[in-house]
Amino acid sequence: MDTSIQTTDAPPPPPQPSPVEQKRAARGATRPGDRIFLGLSRGSGILLLVIMAAIAAFLTYRASIAIGKDDANFLTTFEWNTGLVPPEFGIAVLAFGTIVSSVIAMVIAVPVAVAIALFLTHYAPRRLAGPIAYVIDLLAAVPSIVYGLWGAMILVPHLNGLNGWLDEYLGWTGIFSWDGLAPRSMLTVGILLAIMILPIITNVSREVFRQVPRMHEEAALALGATRWEVIRMAVLPFGRSGVISASMLGLGRALGETMAVATVLSPSFTIQTSLLDPGGGTFAQNIASKFGEADELGRDALIASGLVLFVITLLVNGAARAIIARRKEYSGANA
Amino acid sequence: MSHAVLTDKRPSTLRGARLPKWSPWAIAAGSIAVAVGIGLAAGLDSRVQWGLIAAIVFVLGTYVIAARVEGGRQAKDRVATSLVWVAFLLAVIPLVSLVWTTISRGMKVLDPYFLTHSMGLVADAEPGGGIYHAILGSLEQVGLATVIAAPIGVLTAIYLVEYGRGRLAKAVTFFVDVMTGIPSIVAGLFILSLMLIFEMQPFGFAGSLALAILMMPVVVRSTEEMLKLVPNELREASLALGVPKWRTILKVVLPTSIGGITTGIMLAIARIAGETAPVLLLVWGNSLINANPFEGAQASLPLYIYQQYANSAGAGAAYDRAWAASLTLIAFVMILNLVARGIARWKAPKTGR
Repeated sequence: MDTSIQTTDAPPPPPQPSPVEQKRAARGATRPGDRIFLGLSRGSGILLLVIMAAIAAFLTYRASIAIGKDDANFLTTFEWNTGLVPPEFGIAVLAFGTIVSSVIAMVIAVPVAVAIALFLTHYAPRRLAGPIAYVIDLLAAVPSIVYGLWGAMILVPHLNGLNGWLDEYLGWTGIFSWDGLAPRSMLTVGILLAIMILPIITNVSREVFRQVPRMHEEAALALGATRWEVIRMAVLPFGRSGVISASMLGLGRALGETMAVATVLSPSFTIQTSLLDPGGGTFAQNIASKFGEADELGRDALIASGLVLFVITLLVNGAARAIIARRKEYSGANA
Repeated sequence: MSHAVLTDKRPSTLRGARLPKWSPWAIAAGSIAVAVGIGLAAGLDSRVQWGLIAAIVFVLGTYVIAARVEGGRQAKDRVATSLVWVAFLLAVIPLVSLVWTTISRGMKVLDPYFLTHSMGLVADAEPGGGIYHAILGSLEQVGLATVIAAPIGVLTAIYLVEYGRGRLAKAVTFFVDVMTGIPSIVAGLFILSLMLIFEMQPFGFAGSLALAILMMPVVVRSTEEMLKLVPNELREASLALGVPKWRTILKVVLPTSIGGITTGIMLAIARIAGETAPVLLLVWGNSLINANPFEGAQASLPLYIYQQYANSAGAGAAYDRAWAASLTLIAFVMILNLVARGIARWKAPKTGR
């Protein structure tokens, strides 16, 4: 690669640059080529900002049209009837479903992902750890629609037994009661989302655990700590903020996941108190399912719900990035 | 083993009693046997339940046995180890099942006929038909998205690494991060809101625009990482020879990092090739071949999978086609991934260390 320097046919610098040229050279980007190139690259950076601003602006504009025509409270209504005169629709059910499914996904995925990351960095034999990490990397690339198809055709029938169990032993709580319908429910969606975000959380956590200073671990071992005590005292405290931000990234993906939820869930505009009974919906799933038959107002209403989703994911991702950035500042001291 | 000297007075060593090395395997085998026994006795027909029982028995059994033989701290350590193994196995099962099902069920109808015919004149419930129109649509939409997003992404990364200082660069960095997290359906809704304003009908290029929005931040991120790996000595050597900065970037920095940049772009392509939601909103899907991405509804591979699943009303032929299309899509994405990683390894920049 270094040979590319020799191939540049740069003109040799003039032997005695005039004072004007010296000044120019000091300021840098005054050659036409430099100015054009700087303009292009700075322009693309600005274009990205413009796109983000445009997304917010146009979504807000179309959403304001829809909310203006909405006869019911947009935030608290349990209906989605854009065809009524006057139209009534609200996001209460969608917000509930989005939060519930994501929370289930996080409750399942975060401990398992942390365990797998620990497995790869501290438990697995070296020969096994490399290939497994590679396969998990690849699994992060499996398209969500394939997860959706697998969830609907394979996972749903396999969860009948588990649902019956939960109903039998925990049905009295009300959260786990089940009336025997095919489990196209929030719990199934949560499990599927957990499987989908597992590779992301695992990858980021693994990177963090790998950076744990070797000295901390060896110090703990020298004091007679068992492997678990090393992890609890040296590895987890060091990796905590990294795991939190990894989880937030996973949460961001779970909140916005569309096709996997749309294929698995059998939606309805009611809030199901039981996690095992089919029904409910999420923002993204509702957009995908309702879009086909929506008229113009219907589409604007869906855009309005999309705006809410946009804001939620912005907040979650912003928080995750802030945690990562804060960590960067002091992690240098440990290197 | 320095403590051997001390052992002449006391018969035991300083180390406590330890379980033999094969004990985790024995406990695992035992717990599986117990789970199968319970499963058969209680008549549980779901393998998921068998697996969960085995996992619970394994963890509890490990704790009880280790606590009796080795004491509390060691028992905790062993339980942690067994939990980590159980979590790993629990996670591996669905992922293996996903890959296995896709391959075994996808192979049923995947043949040259399937790859070279469209769904024209084939009803959703009938066997026959293929995915040629969907592959064509996917390639065009993803290709156009790449043509838009790759240069913008690479240029932005160059700005951030080579020029970026001050508030603008900070804002761009922050919003690139935020943009990475935009749900694909929101990108689709953004383009949709533009189409509603200009009263346009769905067409392939609209999908490309949404995909480009999703692709840009990924390209920026990966390119940035690669440019940062280029040693500063190379830049300084070039600048010291009087080469203008823009030529230094074009002739020295980019050639050095081109392998990594290509990898990043290919991984980004692999990501957007599987996106369904924006295509569903903006391109609609079409059972006929439409080679023009600028007019009329088009098909796309992920959208085809969804529509075969959703419109099939339980017809086996449609499910078979959905699985075969999934296998094609996964194969495409995986090949892109593997080739990209191959390039990364082959052309890894020499960091000068």
